[in-house]
Amino acid sequence: MSTNPTTLFDKVWDAHVVRKIEDGPDVLFIDRHFIHEVTSPVAFLGIENRGIGVMYPQRTFATADHNTPTINQHLPVADPLSAKQLAALSSNAEKYGISIWALGSPKNGIVHVVGPENGITQPGMTIVCGDSHTSTHGAFGSIAFGIGTSEVEMVLSSQCIMQPKPKKMRITVNGKLGKGVLPKDVALYIIAQITASGATGYFVEYAGEVFENMTMEGRMTVCNMSIESGARGGMIAPDETTFNYIKGRDKAPKGEDWDKALAYWKTLKTDADAKFDLELSFNGADIEPQITYGTNPGLGTGITRKIPKASEVKDGEASYKKSLAYMDFQEDENIIGKKIDYVFLGSCTNGRIEDFRAFASIVKGKKKADNITAWLVPGSHIVEAQIKEEGILDVLTEAGFELRQPGCSACLAMNDDKIPAGKYAVSTSNRNFEGRQGPGARTLLASPYVAAAVAVTGVVTDPRELIEEEATV
Amino acid sequence: MAYDKFKVLQSTAVPLPIENVDTDQIIPARFLKATERKGFGDNLFRDWRYNNDDSPKQDFVLNNPIYSGKILVGGKNFGSGSSREHAAWAIYDYGFRCVISSFFADIFKGNSLNIGILPVTVSEAFLDKIFKAIEADPKTELEVNLPEQKVTILATGESEGFDINGYKKHNLTNGFDDIDYLQDMKTEIAAFAEKSIY
Repeated sequence: MSTNPTTLFDKVWDAHVVRKIEDGPDVLFIDRHFIHEVTSPVAFLGIENRGIGVMYPQRTFATADHNTPTINQHLPVADPLSAKQLAALSSNAEKYGISIWALGSPKNGIVHVVGPENGITQPGMTIVCGDSHTSTHGAFGSIAFGIGTSEVEMVLSSQCIMQPKPKKMRITVNGKLGKGVLPKDVALYIIAQITASGATGYFVEYAGEVFENMTMEGRMTVCNMSIESGARGGMIAPDETTFNYIKGRDKAPKGEDWDKALAYWKTLKTDADAKFDLELSFNGADIEPQITYGTNPGLGTGITRKIPKASEVKDGEASYKKSLAYMDFQEDENIIGKKIDYVFLGSCTNGRIEDFRAFASIVKGKKKADNITAWLVPGSHIVEAQIKEEGILDVLTEAGFELRQPGCSACLAMNDDKIPAGKYAVSTSNRNFEGRQGPGARTLLASPYVAAAVAVTGVVTDPRELIEEEATV
Repeated sequence: MAYDKFKVLQSTAVPLPIENVDTDQIIPARFLKATERKGFGDNLFRDWRYNNDDSPKQDFVLNNPIYSGKILVGGKNFGSGSSREHAAWAIYDYGFRCVISSFFADIFKGNSLNIGILPVTVSEAFLDKIFKAIEADPKTELEVNLPEQKVTILATGESEGFDINGYKKHNLTNGFDDIDYLQDMKTEIAAFAEKSIY
């Protein structure tokens, strides 16, 4: 082993190369393929046109999420185009024998939430989906990344894609996180430090105490955001936290298969002397609750800081100024105290049970601010059920909030959940691009704690002011 | 999807000197509801191109008749964000066959190559020269030569080489795609799958 030290990424990648093409990409075997209604219909059409079939339908899992309404899911979907895409997903799944959690199924939810919670996502796998936040599944020590529709067609028809091997980066964060700092803050901090294109061309391994001490939900949040620094994906070596999360889940290996899988999973770590193309490290104690002020996820800062001056930013000055103009923010002004109109808790970044627990811990015993419209959207029906079982729904209701039904919702606003033009939203989702949450919508990305603090005060608020010392983790 | 063969392209170009042009700008999410791959060009850069009442925004480059051509020149980190191939479809459907930038997001680059758009990465300095040449004369023609892997500003003769892997170059120049390649590998893939623990 010591003669040829390798990284976690190399181990998983190399174990999946079916063929290496000289001066070309690797042909990579894909263990698990997730599909949803938006990026798959044209891929199925391509298969029809070529007269080829689906090679391993049991390796693909379908769920409806991007377009789905978050209220009255028992009624027919009103938007005819959304309804058509959802119908196409269902009929394609049925035709080719692919398992599907359609709208209304008790296991329906956002693809990157339902995969892990049902044990489909496991260490050492290659996982792809026509969605850039597939990087989420890297939290389990798998190689997971987003693909385009032509690649969806490749995977359906051959269970492989053709990819050049990315370069390797390791981001190490040691130390202890401060009060009120969540995994989302760690992700936003890293992106603010390296910019929205800082990891382009790389696959990232997250290492160090901060990630070792993180829950699986937290690791998923961090890996989910990898794409926002341009990384192809992010991964974290599997450990007891990972194995404990997977054990007993629906599609997890059982009995002898579990023992065999576990023995293999325990080998999945970077060797001591393995080389990365780039190594970065940060100190967990330097991270405070984060918030974005611009129109890409790299334009963010500590919540108590001022919006930087154009001369201080790492992105181009022209795009920085365009970004502030869109947000109607000024250089060198405070973000704290800004009046907010909408709060969105949800998405594949922060739609898991822990995120609702965090949100509820702050709003408990307080009231929703009058100027705030809050959309609280669980990532799946299983999360929704947990929210009810754990009494979180009661806390939310008493504070004046309502719970919506699962889906991608206002993260990308393909359904009716659109932030109106000119309005400000504090969102736990992953993107603050112009118009992302609706034409003209202005998005500030933040953690569930910050979202909760805003939801009860009506303005950008440092959540640390609302957290009891003993309640922190 | 089969696409046109790409060899040498001579064309005027449309300049978009903005950094971090994300795929939500190239094609906003609300236009992703089609179940067929057609008509996306109409909504290319929709929110930068049209007002809320669907009237064109006069200051956006696609609405300025002095700029045209099959080449789009973008700022650094072009195509960041969502994996939606619809962004590349919209660019292709509008009529572009090549995008030049100093830096592309990975998924966008892959999507473009898969549908027959050539993403050309040039140095920041050369990108700046291209922008300045087009600014000085919108009729400036560029030549993108794939076999020679070279882009040239024809008026001045200034040129710069670009990288592309040999496999993708072969595919683009011949109009082949990865799906054809993988279909020929199915026996090898099946043998590989047999050994998988998953």
